Amino acid sequence: MTRHTIQLKINEQTRTISVDARKTLLDALREDCNLTGAHAGCEHGVCGACTVIVEGEPVRSCLMFAVQAEGKTIRTVEGLAQGGALHPMQKAFTEQHAVQCGYCTPGFLMLTVAALEKTPDMDDDALREVVASNLCRCTGYENILAAVRIAADDMRRRT
Amino acid sequence: MNAKPKGVIGQSVQRIEDRPLIIGKGMFAGDISFAHQLHMRIVRSSSAHGVIKRIDTQAARALPGVHAVWTAADIPEMGPIDFREGKIEKLEPYRQPVLAIDRVRYVGEPVAAIFASDAYTAEDAADLVEVEIEDLPVIMDARAATGEFAPGLSSEAAVITQGFGDTASVFATAHAVVEIDVTVGRHSGVPLETRGAIGRYDAARDVLELHGAAKVPHKNKETLARLFGRPAAALHLFETHVGGGFGVRGEIYPEDILVLAAALRFGGAVKWIEDRREHLMAANQSREQHHKTRAAVDEKGTLLAIENEFWHDQGAYPRTHAMRVAETTCGILPGPYRVGAYKALGHYRLTNKTPAATYRAPGRYETNFVRERLLDAIAAKLNISRVDVRKQNLIRSDEMPYARPLCVLEDDVSYDSGDYAGLLDKSLKAIRWDELQSELAERRKRGELVGVGLATFVEKSGLGPTDGAHVCVDTTGAIEVITGGASVGQGFETVMAQVCAEALGVDYRNIRVVHGRTDRIDFGIGAHASRATVMTANAVHAAALIVREKALSFAAELLQSEAATLDIIDGRVIRRGESEGPSITLGEIANHLRPAAKLRRGREPGLSADGWFDTDHQVYPYGNQIAVVSIDRETGAVNVEQYVIAYDIGRAINPVLVRGQILGGFAQGLGGALYEEFLYDERGEPLSVTFADYLMPTANEVPKVDVIISEDAPSPRNPLGIKGAGESGIAAVGAAIASAVDDALGSPGAITRLPITPQRLKRILNRLASA
Ligand code: FES
Ligand code: FES
Repeated sequence: MTRHTIQLKINEQTRTISVDARKTLLDALREDCNLTGAHAGCEHGVCGACTVIVEGEPVRSCLMFAVQAEGKTIRTVEGLAQGGALHPMQKAFTEQHAVQCGYCTPGFLMLTVAALEKTPDMDDDALREVVASNLCRCTGYENILAAVRIAADDMRRRT
Repeated sequence: MNAKPKGVIGQSVQRIEDRPLIIGKGMFAGDISFAHQLHMRIVRSSSAHGVIKRIDTQAARALPGVHAVWTAADIPEMGPIDFREGKIEKLEPYRQPVLAIDRVRYVGEPVAAIFASDAYTAEDAADLVEVEIEDLPVIMDARAATGEFAPGLSSEAAVITQGFGDTASVFATAHAVVEIDVTVGRHSGVPLETRGAIGRYDAARDVLELHGAAKVPHKNKETLARLFGRPAAALHLFETHVGGGFGVRGEIYPEDILVLAAALRFGGAVKWIEDRREHLMAANQSREQHHKTRAAVDEKGTLLAIENEFWHDQGAYPRTHAMRVAETTCGILPGPYRVGAYKALGHYRLTNKTPAATYRAPGRYETNFVRERLLDAIAAKLNISRVDVRKQNLIRSDEMPYARPLCVLEDDVSYDSGDYAGLLDKSLKAIRWDELQSELAERRKRGELVGVGLATFVEKSGLGPTDGAHVCVDTTGAIEVITGGASVGQGFETVMAQVCAEALGVDYRNIRVVHGRTDRIDFGIGAHASRATVMTANAVHAAALIVREKALSFAAELLQSEAATLDIIDGRVIRRGESEGPSITLGEIANHLRPAAKLRRGREPGLSADGWFDTDHQVYPYGNQIAVVSIDRETGAVNVEQYVIAYDIGRAINPVLVRGQILGGFAQGLGGALYEEFLYDERGEPLSVTFADYLMPTANEVPKVDVIISEDAPSPRNPLGIKGAGESGIAAVGAAIASAVDDALGSPGAITRLPITPQRLKRILNRLASA
């Protein structure tokens, strides 16, 4: 297996790692960058637990090879809080009790943040559509939807 | 304890466990790594039943990076997997070996284990192992003729009976007999985090460690210590973050034993993380039962007797729970109703599917469906309303405590408290039952397929007998609560902190809660069957009260006051009602109680205590669920328009967490009612091995739920009055939705099987249209 040395721009830091061509971005983040916030739930593109933001788009990192992310700007849950201050989405998730086991949480945070950065004005139906692309097995979604609604309003106020 | 007007118990406070989870610093099994660890990959059977002719591991062994390849022959000392509660004579020969010996009995059964330097290499090597299997006939239906598990061993591993009274004579003379034949489909917990286990042998201390444990670390430690022949202090389990439990995670599986055996043999760390496909064919499945049930009733619909014969599809092997689900099925089926006589007969059958065990509300999701189908059938037969038939059979509050000669989890059934009919009234009011009837009739006239259905149920939780906890205040006033409980994401730490905070008089955010670590506390009940809140919280409460006593008695001497005149507010002992007067903090008291402190004067060192809670009986929370559904005539899809869940929890320590448990359970129950099913083809090949085939509800499928948390009937069986919350949301979803779909179809008894998938419902619609 040939190894590739690649540079990834993650959370405003440039990292140089050496990976096999077949290594997924998810595994590269977790194993080679020690960023274990993105989780594997299915490695099949369905659950969204592995969602990170690549070039502003929410991406299933289990479906992308690390080498495909070469030179791209990547944001993970570890970069969401700025200087100790939680992102409005993180704040809303904890305040609205949208977290139970927390395994799905990083994926939902990155998914909804990316969606709202692109389209700040979303009504409840549109937000539900966004949330429906990831799976949570614990919460039944109601509190996640409430958190995303509140964070959406908060994010809009801040910009 | 002094009554406090506004204690932290009962408040919907923020969770203390969230921060690492929202900043990406959670520590789940997959996040744990040790230097120089090996990665394990399991080679699994591709045949549902067969004789192993040959296993060729040569090519796998030759692959660079592969450290070892094991088959059963490499671990002769690792016997089959024991039952959690000890030896069960008649099931002993049916236990699952760690790696298959001679035969395989389901697709996914571990046949060989690869140990390699990284996970990708281990997977490559697994593909190189050649397993030659000569197929045997399969049994794919628990109702089919029995076969042989092994020569001379029937696939009907056990027959279970429970009952009371003489049902035969009641049936012989009853006004009417109502019969149903219904099936609950095979589905399971399917947590978002797959299983994972990291074994590590620390030669320097001679300790064998299992990381990634969950649910019942202390129980599992006992079993594993026995299996590995190690003293209690030389084997420890560590629970970290757990990505959902639901009954599935935390049982001892072959993989747990393999990582430990390998860690010991290779002298280091061995990591195994399951992939989703493996999970869907190897982790415990659940629920699949077929019931033939009949009731004898009088003209008013009074339940005179119930007879229930069922076939429990256990899959290929009994697992750690042995026969518990089937036994619970027998013991809890009558639920909240009075029944004159009762007979249950369960066939515990082995088939060639993935082994089964518990899933949230085990034995109750199934029996609530069966029993409530039966009540609906009685209502239809006698032409009385579905509400009335229930109301007149519900056990009344003046009959509490209500014992009946059945047993659940080796505990004699005795319902502790409750006003079942009162709670049903609350729900009927919330959904506006009477107005709803005419609204739905109106919509039906316009051609819509809409209906409403209901189900009532009794839950059970808090099986003892005993749990302990340790509470310790350090010299800064920070508090550590050490429990033998386990957290599966339900807010365990927050709840324990609230209980301790209120008893002790401190801020709950100043409390750290330890759980799931066998090296910190000797005993622990874990988190299963909603035990954690009832048992562990009461133990924490007891320990905190002792610490409070110690603090007050020390402060009384120092402040020269009677202990009874003192109080603890925000971690500071003061004279009751005098916030300005002399005071001393708990941290200062802890400082004076250091072993070498002068003022200690013969007192036991440390401001800390152990507390214990004992109970003889489980507690029985209860509830009901009401569903309004509409059916899409074209597709057969069911849309849940409204849903009410009412639940009496005795006392809610944190209502918003209880609500979260109910909502999460409901979504899972909805999955089992409408979408989720493990299907197999006729050769035993599993067909539901990805999330594209095993369909769990997303935010689009889960409706808004009206949750009514009632605290009318605190349990008299513990000082806090609490009952468990974990299983109420899920328990009756299949039952209520089936009832509503029947109503929408205008055809009582049409639904006989869960899940009600669009394909099945479409078939029923076609049948009704042509009839
Ligand atoms: S792990 Fe990537 S979508 Fe599930
Ligand atoms: S909180 Fe557990 S999967 Fe979402």
